[in-house]
Amino acid sequence: MKIIINNLHFTYPTGLEALKGISLTINPGEQVAIVGQNGAGKTTLVRHFNGLLKPTSGAISIGEWETTKYSTAKLASRVGYVFQNPDEQLFSRDVLAEVSFGPRNLGYEKSKADELVKRAMALTELNDKAETNPYDLSPTWRKMVALASIIAMDTPIIIFDEPTTGQDAVNVARIANVIAELKREGRTVVTITHDIDFCAENFERIIALAKGQVLLDGLARDVLGQGEILAQTYVEPPQLTRLGKRLGLKETITKQDQFLNAIARD
Amino acid sequence: MAFVILKDLAYQYPSSTGLVLENISLQIQEGEFVSIIGPNGAGKSTLCYALAGFVPHFFKGEISGEVEVDGRKSSESTLDEWALNVGLAFQNPFNQISGAKYTVFEEIAFGLENIGVPRDEMKKRVEDAMSLTGISDLADRSPYSLSGGQQQRVALTSILVMRPRLLVLDEPTSQMDPVGTREVFGVVRKMAEEGMTVVMVEHKVEWIANFADRVIALKDGQILIEGKPNEVLTSDLLIENGFGISRYTSAAREARKRGLWKKEKLPVTLDEAVEGFKS
Repeated sequence: MKIIINNLHFTYPTGLEALKGISLTINPGEQVAIVGQNGAGKTTLVRHFNGLLKPTSGAISIGEWETTKYSTAKLASRVGYVFQNPDEQLFSRDVLAEVSFGPRNLGYEKSKADELVKRAMALTELNDKAETNPYDLSPTWRKMVALASIIAMDTPIIIFDEPTTGQDAVNVARIANVIAELKREGRTVVTITHDIDFCAENFERIIALAKGQVLLDGLARDVLGQGEILAQTYVEPPQLTRLGKRLGLKETITKQDQFLNAIARD
Repeated sequence: MAFVILKDLAYQYPSSTGLVLENISLQIQEGEFVSIIGPNGAGKSTLCYALAGFVPHFFKGEISGEVEVDGRKSSESTLDEWALNVGLAFQNPFNQISGAKYTVFEEIAFGLENIGVPRDEMKKRVEDAMSLTGISDLADRSPYSLSGGQQQRVALTSILVMRPRLLVLDEPTSQMDPVGTREVFGVVRKMAEEGMTVVMVEHKVEWIANFADRVIALKDGQILIEGKPNEVLTSDLLIENGFGISRYTSAAREARKRGLWKKEKLPVTLDEAVEGFKS
């Protein structure tokens, strides 16, 4: 399902102009990372995808649905949104109930809903925590519950707002697995992240936002190679990209294997 | 004598089934910048709470051993006495913001108000602290209207403004952009140079290596390894125990297997990596 954003502007009631004319197309099954400095408008932008915010001017459509014409409740069947802070979305008495809430609410048949819940719990490695109250879990696992509860809704589009914040290496790898699996299923994943190394290793397309506008948009290695432009939005290229540059390697490095091959040739 | 002394510290929350911290003995000198790393669940936040007196004064639970700051024992102080010396910025800034103030400026003044700092001095201290952390332009915004990274800066500033002698930071840059992260490390380094003692939980290994004096790796509530950043952060123990390492370290380890890294020491920082791969 295509996301089409056409000259989107958004001004908060306080007068803060957060988005200043964004036009983008995101194709079905794309894995897109959105980067940019704090306050660049990343969260404001993705909150338009499921209608939590409506454009001040311009338009965004999810498939053939223009978001102004549909409620967030309706859009939730197309766009799943995992909040930055899991505590803003968890409320059920146990993990199983939490993960089941979304699919039940979307009206899937029971057998289908059960299947979706089972798959989401397995993917996020939550099976042994089904009966635990989410608030008895560590913030790490609460994050996985938040992920599972959205994945279980089986929406064609999923948004992750800073999924790796405060996560250790093991859990970051777990989240990368989840994203890879969603890719295999053909779902569109849009992720806001400051973890540029994670971004380089897991996303094909990167959009850099700066002050409410698109600064760069393209394939990861094309975007990450432009350190000077990225600096305008306070993003530093990944560690290996910087290292490759300092070593004078011709190609833009985004992954470890690519780096090792490049220095072996050199 | 060391400024911070932990002696055989062990602790368990009222709700936990086993020890969350165990056998922690540690000395930190005044003006030292110590970084704590570890997988989720290692006890990093709990250690922060113990330094800040929340463990056990607020969380209750069972504690043994001692936490001593500037010659005073946490067990013999009240939390409000302790707070005059030790400031903690929470992992989630949302949990720290008072909810009682309409603007960022007032939020940052909140702590000073509580200890009765005169109005003019308070105003100056708040302005200085905001300028130090680069948030002067947020002064009139509501703390709740800010992005995650901006909120984190506010949370940090509202502790810095108190000028604690021991500054405890629990992942203070987790929601910040890379430049913001580097700035916070810079500010914290500056505070340490001026004599503030800093304990900072962080995952961002590259910046720890560039700025901290010492690294303590926690695992399952115990100290796994501690020492100089480049020693600890390149240790095989970290990989074996699920710690994150820098991409430089990881790439050089792989390169070594293929004969492409010849130095004995592995790199943690960009400069070390450049130097090693060039030679």
